[in-house]
Amino acid sequence: MSKVFMKGNEAIAEAAVRGGCRFFAGYPITPQNEIPEYLSWRLPEVGGVFVQGESEVASINMVYGAASSGCRAMTSSSGPGISLKSEGISYLASTKLPAVIVNISRGGPGLGSIQPAQMDYLQATKAMGHGGFKVMVFAPSTLQEAVDLTYNAWDYAERDRNPVLILMDGCLGAIMELVELPEFKEANREGTKRWDLALREGENRKSRLLTPYYPEAMLEYENTMRGKLYESWAQNDVKVEEFMLDDAEYVIVAYGISARVSREAIYRLREEGHKVGMIRPITLNPFPKKSLQNLDYDRVKGIIDIELSIPAQMRDDIALEVKDRAPIYTYGRSGGILLDDESTYNAVKKIVTGGAK
Amino acid sequence: MEFRRPSSLKGSPSGFCPGCMHSLATRIIAEVVDELGQKENCVHVVPVGCSTLNLLYWDGDIVGAAHGRAPAVATGFKRTNPERLVFTYQGDGDLAAIGLAEIMGAANRGENFTVIFANNQTYGMTGGQMAPTTLIGQKTTTTRYGRDPKETGYPMKMCEIISTLEAPVFVARYALNSPKGIMDARRGIKKAFELQLAGKGFTFIELLTNCPTNWGMTPLQTLDYMNTNTIPYFVPGVYKDKEAQAE
Repeated sequence: MSKVFMKGNEAIAEAAVRGGCRFFAGYPITPQNEIPEYLSWRLPEVGGVFVQGESEVASINMVYGAASSGCRAMTSSSGPGISLKSEGISYLASTKLPAVIVNISRGGPGLGSIQPAQMDYLQATKAMGHGGFKVMVFAPSTLQEAVDLTYNAWDYAERDRNPVLILMDGCLGAIMELVELPEFKEANREGTKRWDLALREGENRKSRLLTPYYPEAMLEYENTMRGKLYESWAQNDVKVEEFMLDDAEYVIVAYGISARVSREAIYRLREEGHKVGMIRPITLNPFPKKSLQNLDYDRVKGIIDIELSIPAQMRDDIALEVKDRAPIYTYGRSGGILLDDESTYNAVKKIVTGGAK
Repeated sequence: MEFRRPSSLKGSPSGFCPGCMHSLATRIIAEVVDELGQKENCVHVVPVGCSTLNLLYWDGDIVGAAHGRAPAVATGFKRTNPERLVFTYQGDGDLAAIGLAEIMGAANRGENFTVIFANNQTYGMTGGQMAPTTLIGQKTTTTRYGRDPKETGYPMKMCEIISTLEAPVFVARYALNSPKGIMDARRGIKKAFELQLAGKGFTFIELLTNCPTNWGMTPLQTLDYMNTNTIPYFVPGVYKDKEAQAE
């Protein structure tokens, strides 16, 4: 299979099409505009539907409507727009409809800035909307990973009847890399028959009700089942890269673009004899707890949380697993200012040489 | 003629208040769905409000939408299943307040589904607050001394607004407080569904309805009230009929 040189946002869009996505609704917002732009012509080519919604709110609800028919549906946005979509994402979770939501994230809170950031971690992993539901969160660090995660996202969404979020910073959305595009995948219409309202000819079928509203006892039951689903994610679906951990005395925890910058720092520090490794969550939810639990805390002297966010948002999840067995340091930039190699290297070096608190 | 329950309605007792026209409106929609042989093909997008109760009464495929978002949900469904008969049934708060962007967007795109708008000038489910269509001077739980246009503006005329758009093919308003109004509404709904099934585009039916509970009236009083107050402001009639204009 040949490789093609693609921009991050377009690579995600093409991977979605190949993963069976046939409906997209979205609203313009920087830095994700190439996704709707690409899909506006690409989806009709493969018999799919593109709608430019009148808002992010409308777009996510169009996705809800398309998903209810069994169609693989997607929307994309960035922080401010994702907040608007949170109503619809909560309804998707409630009605148990699969969909893929892409957040090409930028500086926040509020309108924030249009430059890359990782400031939506807590929103993504803790509360994508009201009602205490969760979604699986994929955080690619290369465009190939973005392609592969997007391509397979509906398999998880349909298995769980729950939305899946792809959280990628605006930096990865804007860069170009070589990617290998997978073969076209047929949507699993057999699987969606469990819930969809698609009409099947000649079949004497009962009426179907897709509702976000439940009688109390049924809602409690559904929420109990949701709890079990989240536990099963923690057991079966964690994706993580453990990098140079075997002898590591300092362990960086970083995802997305921050992991790439951290990796460069690790190479340099290793050359100087500093034993630094990295845990790179690929799924932010489920969080790779075991990777942190399994560290040898007789050897590990410190954990370094590196994010494009100030204050660091992943720190609490890390602390829950480290349990005071090692100090947790944080380093990052915020507001749309990127991490650079030199400053990141210096910050980590300061920590590993005992110069930081 | 045999009088029986339409197959698109379940036999369960109605929880709509006595004298509420939601029962009547739902019934004539169900009759038209039956008459057109569309029971299995029909998808009812249920919104938020008293009309959410149709989750319990409607016998057919249903997708429940968030408050105001039914036209967006219907857009997503209809675009991926163009052969289905799709309609939303929305109240005035749902359609003309929180869902204004969605209704205007869908109407302007000319989405090929039908919106049925039940306008009873109040938020019934939540206990009778002021709606965007509440009449001037009308008392509600949030306008205790009557709606004052200096503070809250004027009742929104959705048929008039939507008929200014280019794409909609049929826009009409009917009042359900008389047998004639009911029969006209039934014909209007049938025409809208037929236009949709022929792939003609967006159709919008406004039904003037009542709310005896929150208007603080007996059902019979609401009929007179509608004649003297509602109908003069929200004038029934066909506001747009592209096919007729073309002829």
